[in-house]
Order: sequence, then structure tokens, then C-alpha cells
Amino acid sequence: MSKVYLPVAPLTGADHPVQAIMAQVVLALVPATAFGLFLFGWPALYLFLTTVLSAVLFEAVCLKLAGKPASLFLLDGSALLTGWLLALSLPPWAPWWIGVTGAGLAIIVGKQIYGGIGQNLFNPAMLARVALLVSFPLEMTTWAQPAPLFSGQAPGLLQALGITFGGAGIDGFASATVIGHAKTELSQGKTLVEAFANGQFGLAGAWLGWIPGSLGETSALLVAVGGVWLLRKRIITWHIPVSLLATVAALATVFHLIDGDRYLGPLWHLGAGGVMLAAFFIATDYVTSPGSPKGQLIFGAGCGLLIFVIRTWGGFPEGVGFAVLLMNALTPVIDYYVRPRIYGRDYKGKPLKLPEGKE
Amino acid sequence: MYILFAVLSLTALGLALGFMLGAAARYFKVEDNPLVDEIEKMMPGSQCGQCGYPGCRPAAEALVAGKASATLCPPGGKALAEQLASKLSLDIDLAGVEDQVPMVARVSEATCIGCTRCFKVCPTDAIVGAPKQIHAVVADACIACGKCVEVCPTECLGMQPIKTTLRNWRWAKPDLAAAGA
Amino acid sequence: MVVLDINALWRRRSKIRGGVHPEPRKESTADKPIVTDFPLPERLYLPLQQHLGQPAEPVVRAGDKVLKGQLLAASRGAVSASVHASTSGTVAGIEEYPAPHPSGLPTPTIVLEPDGEDRWIEGAGEADPFSLTPEELCARVDQAGIVGLGGAAFPSAMKLNLGWRTRINTLIINGGECEPYLTCDDRLMRERAAEIVEGVRIMLHGLQCPTALIAIEDNKPEAYAAMLDAAKKHGRIEVVQVPSLYPMGWEKNLVTHLTGKEVPAGGRPTDVGVLLHNVATAYAVQRAVRYGRPLISRVVTVSGEAVEAPRNVEAPLGTLLSELLAFCGHKPERTARYVMGGPMMGDHLPHVQVPLVKRTSGILALTPEEIQAADARPCIRCGRCVSACPVGLLPLEMMTRIRAGQLDAAVSFGLRDCISCSSCSYVCPSRIPLVHYFKYASGELMARQQAQQKTEQTNRLAEEKRRRLERAKQAAAARKAQASAKEDAS
Repeated sequence: MSKVYLPVAPLTGADHPVQAIMAQVVLALVPATAFGLFLFGWPALYLFLTTVLSAVLFEAVCLKLAGKPASLFLLDGSALLTGWLLALSLPPWAPWWIGVTGAGLAIIVGKQIYGGIGQNLFNPAMLARVALLVSFPLEMTTWAQPAPLFSGQAPGLLQALGITFGGAGIDGFASATVIGHAKTELSQGKTLVEAFANGQFGLAGAWLGWIPGSLGETSALLVAVGGVWLLRKRIITWHIPVSLLATVAALATVFHLIDGDRYLGPLWHLGAGGVMLAAFFIATDYVTSPGSPKGQLIFGAGCGLLIFVIRTWGGFPEGVGFAVLLMNALTPVIDYYVRPRIYGRDYKGKPLKLPEGKE
Repeated sequence: MYILFAVLSLTALGLALGFMLGAAARYFKVEDNPLVDEIEKMMPGSQCGQCGYPGCRPAAEALVAGKASATLCPPGGKALAEQLASKLSLDIDLAGVEDQVPMVARVSEATCIGCTRCFKVCPTDAIVGAPKQIHAVVADACIACGKCVEVCPTECLGMQPIKTTLRNWRWAKPDLAAAGA
Repeated sequence: MVVLDINALWRRRSKIRGGVHPEPRKESTADKPIVTDFPLPERLYLPLQQHLGQPAEPVVRAGDKVLKGQLLAASRGAVSASVHASTSGTVAGIEEYPAPHPSGLPTPTIVLEPDGEDRWIEGAGEADPFSLTPEELCARVDQAGIVGLGGAAFPSAMKLNLGWRTRINTLIINGGECEPYLTCDDRLMRERAAEIVEGVRIMLHGLQCPTALIAIEDNKPEAYAAMLDAAKKHGRIEVVQVPSLYPMGWEKNLVTHLTGKEVPAGGRPTDVGVLLHNVATAYAVQRAVRYGRPLISRVVTVSGEAVEAPRNVEAPLGTLLSELLAFCGHKPERTARYVMGGPMMGDHLPHVQVPLVKRTSGILALTPEEIQAADARPCIRCGRCVSACPVGLLPLEMMTRIRAGQLDAAVSFGLRDCISCSSCSYVCPSRIPLVHYFKYASGELMARQQAQQKTEQTNRLAEEKRRRLERAKQAAAARKAQASAKEDAS
């Protein structure tokens, strides 16, 4: 690299080099992750480790094949983060090969074939999750009941090995997620009041996370805590999370008011499933979201709208993955058409008119 | 019966469309390729012949026919090559063009005999002077075609690279290949 | 038309956009007085071009004896500035000498050998500035060879002339000095506030302009106090504090922040009735108009961690930057990079054997720790450059297009509106030299435009030649026809 002709800009402006950004995002995920691992026990930990390690391994192999300096790029932490996010969106007791396949899809198909970090069109973790959901619907929708570590119903170390690596069924523990349950019941002609009559799901449980669900998505509260911390650290800006959550909440409120028997309320929509994780950690992925603040508002609102539509009327119980991917595809278009106003120009890019009295 | 119907309708459709295409090709035929005119306008028009064609129009025709590369015109340089490539939707390797340093003709005053041969051949009238007087090159108008060098009887004309000064110095493109960026 | 109204609201609300907060690093020089007894160097190198526009035309020859302040090279053309002798001595020659420029290329330079007597020429003499007409005033500024001392180096007389012809209602004096390290304007305001204020009054008089605003960033309370004190007697001059934010000193930012007006793209502040000058320029104008002194010295910040005793020095123009650095205890072995001007918009110099010129506001010798050079990594599209851009551009989108060679696409993203302020490069976590891309692309576009013009010219010349030959042929044919007609007749 020719250092001789580099223009200046020499100060340590980059107080957030890439690896520091990734590290802080990972740190923000720790509370929700720790809670998820505690809630779903050893099988969850095995799956989590398998997924993250294989993501890093796939990244290393790809870098090697591409002839890029593996040390430089592995250390940026992006593969770790991708694997981590993917693991958090998997059913906690899924077999090991779900994690490995997912990690391979995310790193190879989702990221490296586009040319590596910064080049991918779609969020790698969501790409992998959706591909898994479509390919292995049974494994991807078999949810475990909360069985906290060291509690009576929790599987032991060895039993957990059997669940993750041995193909042992989890029939005794299987359950449905809140939104999946609501959907199933509604499709059988029941109202929401009847569906939640047995008290299996409580609103507080959904927010705190004491419900069946993906490994790291159950506790909306802890995810939100991490997200707010990222906002305060200025790693992410408010535009995408706020517009996404506000859109989901607004739509849910309107439809819930229209027909409370058929449509879940906003608190349920925000507290259950992957909305919170999507709002703060997935839709805010730098690479696959628009660069300008206005573009980000549109992107977030689009994600929110699609999540609500897919959840409410779609064929799948959860819409986060599809919604984010669809909006990812729109990102280049948004970036092309939605640009900040340039100083001295109007929104169309024409120079401003001179004030009266001047030519 | 249904199969027969499908086969018949598709055959009819194919025939109809084929006839339409054939008719269009016949009735809307363009006699002279307008692209050649456009390309010719883009070329320097000095008919210097450095491309190996007898002038700019033949060169344009060769380009449109795909017989010549977009990088054929040395006076046009990289800028013209890029314009031509985008006009003709060609993929070109500009690496070779870039290597050519821009040149300018220069008269060595010691050996010039004022024979006027050079300015007769100069396509852009970039050489000034009168018979029996030392000639000079107007650097701004010179396109470095080299015709003058060929005809000069005393070899007093030569091509020299244009000197980089503060006025024509430019920032180089950042080269970040090392970091894989 | 609701949309338009919303846009207008938006514009009023976000007057100053983007910007960054680089570490000021001004402590090492801000509290030390300006050094005025810098020893006269053995040789002075005065480039003929220290300003925007046409280079000056030498009026002396090698061997001429000159006095301090004597005209060495006269301005030529509408946009140009004269060069004067910084001290008395002998002209050693007019030769090519390396310019203070990132390329390190040489430029025609007058070399002056001081005789040590430092004897002034009988100059234009003293005058009462306020009894001069605007034309006379501009002429004195022009004769003094004053250019914008903030870094742009646009000839000041030209600007003042433009000013009183186009009706200016606000004169803004830029004392922002938002670049890190630099404190030369800060010191000048603290020590020579009265002279600056008189310079501002002279400009107001010359421009026939009602009010002046002196803008000082709020990280310079001492300078603010000194200027406030000096200006309080003059009702037409208001001293205002502006927030410390880089690039607050970008002239259009100041215009928008202080007057609420926005300069149309491609226009100048004069289009909205505002003219801007730097505080050091105001000081030079006062010296020129009241005392008839040409611009032959300036205050320059010598700083950086590789300098033992950083401070502001008032040095004669033409002094080698290496001598200025040596005077302040330069440690070459610790130096990783030399910068002329501030670190954000200044020029990186390949070496410091180059002269101090009118626009040199600082010379920095930076250590490896200060510059923290790092290899660029791929863009992760984090958008920090977008929020840092004071113009409202999408630097990352422009960069990807320039990398792919799509310069026209980069232009459609606003490349021509880029002010090269380096805010985007500064915040980039991947350390991508974004501004380098933009400078490269702008230069390349300029080269293409010139190539295009050359092609058009060649076409025209070739066509002319063809016509001429045609005419000659016809004339010859006509002569032949005439001759044969004559023959037939005889």
C-alpha cells in the first residue's frame, strides 16, 4: 500500500475499530444468552458451542481458500457474532447438525460467496435460519419447555449429550411458542381468550423469558437491555429499533382494538418471539441495512410491517427471518433513492434558489 | 384432444411471432449503422492513422464490427477507451492503456532546418513556423501522433513524455489490495 | 405541498449537520506567547505561486539587491497575488524548488540571500484607512499580496472587490480554528486583538457593509474575552461564540450557523450576502492598509509530539519548514509524518525542505503513536461516515462506486459537493481513506474533462486543416483553369 500519498486524517478517530464494535455487540448479547443457556440447560449449551465454533471454523476455511490473511479477518469477530446470533435463534434442544448446517449456510452461502465481510446482501444468520426452517421444519419447530439448569426436570450432562448429539427425542419436553400456539388455536376456530385460557402462557413470562422459544429470544427484557446499552454506546442508532418496534406495536394495537379475539395485542407481539432480537441486533446489522438515517427508518418500518403481516396472516408462526431478508433485498434500492439532503441542494439534488434580489 | 389443441395453438403462435420478427427486420432495417457515426464523433478526428486504419471513420467501422479493440486509439487515451467501451458495452482491460505516458512532440532547435515537412503532415496544425525558420510545437494542440517524426529529414523531432507539474499532478487511486479491502 | 413544508422545517432544525469531535491537542501551544525573534535564515525560498490562480510574474533578476518588502514578483491576471522580499538581501536566483505540496514536485521559486540588515523599503506609507475609498483600499490590499491565511489562499483583494460590488450585508470573520493542534489564530486573537478589530473595521469600510460577526469556537475563552474587549467600542462588530465542532470553520457551516441562510450548491457565501475572512487575514489587511506593509511573514503553529518545544512562531515567508522545526526542537527519528496545516485538511509532506508559504498555518511533526497508521479493512457499512458528513453525503456509497471505477455514479451521489474535510475518514472504523478516494476521483474527473476538451479541440483543428487544404486545392484548380483559359484565349 502506498503510504506516501495518503492524505492525512491521521488522528485516532477510529475509537471503534471493527473488532471493538463486534466485541461490544457480543457483550450486549451476553445477558440474554446467559439466561437462555440457564433456562434450557446443557443441550442448549452444547448446541450453542457447536454453532459458534463451526461458524468460526467455516470462516477460517473460507479465508484460507480465498487466500486472505486469516488472522486479520478472523480476529474481527464477525464470524463469531454471526454464529452467536444464529445460535440464539435456534430451538435450544435442536440436534447438533442443525447448528453445523446453519453455521455453514450462514458463513459460506450467506457471507463468503459474496466476497466476505461487508459484501453480503442478506443477513447471514437470518439466511441460515430461514433456510433451516424451510429445509428442516420439524427440528426447527420443536421447542423445549423451560427446564433450568440444576432443576429437577433438567436433563443431566449425559442425557443432554444424547439430546444434542445422539438423536434422542425430546417428546417429554416438547411445547409450542406463544405465537405458534396462538396461531394453531386460531386456525382451529378458537378465540384468543380460549387459547390462553389454560394459563400456560403469561404476559410477564413472555417478557421475562420463562416460555418455550428460541435459545436467546425468550427474554425480551434482557435482549432489550443489551440493545439499549448498544444505543448508549453509539454502536447502533435508534432509527431501526424504534421504527421497527413502533410499527409492530402500532399495527398490533390497531388490529387488537378492531378484533381482540383474533389479533394478539402489542405487548404480546413485542414480548414474544424474535421481535426484540431483530429490532436491536439483527435488523441493525450494518452491512445489510441502509446507510442513511431516513433509509434506516424506512427499513425498520418495513421489517415491522412484514413481521406483523407474516405472523398474523402468513403460513409460518414467526416472521422475523423472512421479514429481515425481504427488507435486506430492498436495502440497495433504499440506499439509492433515499439519500440525505446535500448542503445547498434540495431533496431532488437541485441547487437551492438564490434569495430574492440576487441573480 | 387437449394435447392437439395445445400443440396447434403454440405452433400458430410461434409462426405468427416469427413472421412479425421477419417483417420487422425487413421493413425497419437501418441502412447505415448510426453507431458508426456516433463513434466517429467521439474519435479525435485527426485521421492520424496510429490505430492501423486509414482514418477515424474506418476505425469506427472496425470497432462497430467488433474487429478492433476499444483501446485502439492512442491519442484518445484511456478516457476515450472507456467511453468507447461503455458505448459498445465491451469489457476492456485498461491496464495496458494506462501504461502509456502522455507524450508531446518537441523540436530540437539545433538541428531543425526549417523544411516545413512536419507541419504539412501535422493533422492538428500543432507545429508552427515558416520555411527556413526553426519550427516549434504548440504543446496544447499536439496529439502525439508521431507523423512529424516520420517525415523529419534531420531527426530533430522527437516525442517526449509530458512532464508532471503541480498543475497536472493528481492523486493516485488508493491501492488497498494488500489488506484485502 | 405538505412534503416541501416538512423539508423546510427539517432544514431549520438541523442547521449544522454531522461533524466530529477530534481531540483538540492544542494545549501544548495555546498558552505560550508567539515567538517574534525567530533568527533570520541563511536563505529564503519564495515560490511564485503561493495562492490560487495565476502564478506571479518575477520583476527581479538573479543578482539584484532588494530591500525588505520590495516587490519581487507582481500579480498577473484577475486572480493572482504579488510576492515580496521577506527581508533585505540579494536575489540568488529564480529556479525550480520543491513546493510545500504532497507530491513534492518543484515549482518556480525566487531564492533570496539575506544580508542580515533587514532594511525596509520606502513602501506605500502610512494612511488613514477610513479616509480611503473602497477602490484605494482594495488596491492597497492587492499591492500587499494578501491571500486568505486560513488555508484556502484565495487573493483577498479579489474577494474584497467582489464584496463591495455584490452588496454584502454581513462580514464573518472566521476565528473558529477547528483543526486540531493549530493555535496560531487563537494566539493572534489573544495578543493582537486591537489590530484584528481594526482590520475588520477596515474591511467593513471597504465593503460598505453594515455588520461584522467574529466567530470564535467556545474552546478558546481567552481569545473570546480579548476580542470582546477590543470590539466593545465598535457597535458594528459582534463577537460570537460557536460550538467546538469540526468542521465548524467550513465557511458555509459558519454562514448557516450564524445567519440561518444556506449557500446554494455551486455558489459562494456572497450569493447570500455574506463574505468570510480569516482573523489572520484581517490582521494582515490592517498592516497593509494602515502601514503599507506587504505580507512577508506569518504566525505558524509548530507542533506535534515529535517537537520538543512546540509553539507559535512569527517567521518570514520563505523560511524552510525544517528550520522552523529545528528551532522548536524537532526529533526527526521520532517523526512518522509531516503535515502542513491541520491534521484533518492539511497536506501530508514527503519532506520538510520546503518553504513556509502564505497559507501555511501549521507544521506538524507527528509520531507513530499520534497517527496510528493502520491498514484499511473492508467497509462494513456501519454508516458512521454518513452521520459525520457535514454536507449530507453518503461517503460509503461514493467510495464503493469510485473503487469500481464508476465515477459518474459517484458524481450522482454528490462527489462534487464533497469539501474534503476528512470527517468521514476520521470516524471510519475500517480505516478506509475515504477522502483519498474522493480526491483521486475529482482529479480523474478533471483530467477526463481536459481530455474531452482536447479531443474537441483536436476535432476542430483537424477540421480546419481539412478545410484549408480543400480551399488551397480549389484555389489551385481555379488558377489552373484560369491559366488554361488564358492559354486557350491566346
